[in-house]
Amino acid sequence: MIQRTPLYDTHVAAGAKIVDFAGWQMPINYGSQIEEHHAVRRDAGMFDVSHMLAIDLAGCESKDFLRRLLANDVAKLTTPGKALYSCMLKDDGGVIDDLIVYYFSDAKYRIVVNAGTAEKDLAWMRLVAANFAVSLTPRRDLAMIAIQGPNARERFWTAFPVARAQTVLLGVFQAAEWDGWLIARTGYTGEDGFEIAVPAAEAATVWRKLVDAGVKPCGLGARDTLRLEAGMNLYGQDMDETQNPLESGLAWTVDFKDASREFVGKKALAELRERSALRTFLGLLLLDKGVLRAHQKVVTAQGDGETTSGSFSPTLNQSIALARLPAGVKPGDEVQVAIRDKLLKAKVVKPVFARNGQSQL
Amino acid sequence: MNVPAELKYTKSHEWAKLEADGTVTVGITDHAQEALGDIVFLELPEIGRQLNAGQECAVVESVKAASDIYAPIAGEVVARNDAAVDAPESVNQDAYAAWLFKLKPANAADLGGLLDAAAYEKVAAES
Repeated sequence: MIQRTPLYDTHVAAGAKIVDFAGWQMPINYGSQIEEHHAVRRDAGMFDVSHMLAIDLAGCESKDFLRRLLANDVAKLTTPGKALYSCMLKDDGGVIDDLIVYYFSDAKYRIVVNAGTAEKDLAWMRLVAANFAVSLTPRRDLAMIAIQGPNARERFWTAFPVARAQTVLLGVFQAAEWDGWLIARTGYTGEDGFEIAVPAAEAATVWRKLVDAGVKPCGLGARDTLRLEAGMNLYGQDMDETQNPLESGLAWTVDFKDASREFVGKKALAELRERSALRTFLGLLLLDKGVLRAHQKVVTAQGDGETTSGSFSPTLNQSIALARLPAGVKPGDEVQVAIRDKLLKAKVVKPVFARNGQSQL
Repeated sequence: MNVPAELKYTKSHEWAKLEADGTVTVGITDHAQEALGDIVFLELPEIGRQLNAGQECAVVESVKAASDIYAPIAGEVVARNDAAVDAPESVNQDAYAAWLFKLKPANAADLGGLLDAAAYEKVAAES
């Protein structure tokens, strides 16, 4: 079944090019993906992310449930509105999904998961939740909009001046509830901004006010090049159920500190960590002309690896990729990437290419 | 949809134009550039290369995807548009001005086997 977000008609009326994404009819661009990309790096752009699913958690064992469900530890969330990025793992350490969890109290949280995995995630969460006093409520009644860019917050306050007082002091990865909305200082672009969740019926009005305030509508195409430049993983591409977070550049999100905490996948990851030859997850910068894509072979002195995401970087005007590489490959190494019938030169770099309007290389 | 009446077309979205000197200029259609989105890289065939009809001979890469380009008819590559290689976005700006390469056809009559504008419009509308 093809699904549409509450903003679908708005996108079509604005001339968006619509594509199927994980079963949803979503705008890929409104004209030029590169212009939209630059708008976010240089000014302010926004994305309809209503295809992602918010799931509200309630119940006295919500915290215990999440400490079991997630590889990152929600115990570090103590300020209401604070958010945390985590993977949700299978017993074997494979990644079911990556998500953001917002803390309101030990008995109240919200999780936001990817669109393509939403049904699978819910089924898994309900299975794990069977042993806990916790209820899960999917919120398809909400629309979500990500407003991103160096001027995103100012433009948002221009559109909604009365929300300023509640949100002006929000730190990074913090959210505030305001008039039935959740306003979070999070994003997936490497730029400052807000992600807001609003009742579906208000979505079109909110979008129009943001357009009037100078926020440029952007499609999923720009969202992908922005997150790639920022070195952020895309589920289903950079990691999935056949890959573990330790070999996907996500070791920083797996929290082993509390030895008494038994999260799903912990045993498998602990065993994996004992092994000496964990693959490394790094960035590639193409030195020759061409465009890197996902699933190209990377030839290194230590053996072959594979690109997991690749595209053209509008900020660097050069092609970049994320890649899973043999142990021992380091930033600064020169490798070769097989593109069609050629081997092209690329440099290994730390996987953050551009953030906050500029190159990070 | 911009489909000039004087050109010939392929089902794989190339256009071909018979020039006064007997060569055939090849590019991608406006519909193709629209579908690809922002074009960032072109790989064109070497001059002197002999191509069969339907042979893969060039690549157009957009931010989104790589797309193979096929020779509309058999012939020898006699020119390539290096200005377009240096400015791939020119294909987005005007797909009929930013040609990719020129062929000396093995048999100019082969052009007659390609689609006319009306037939291509139908192909493009369905793709």
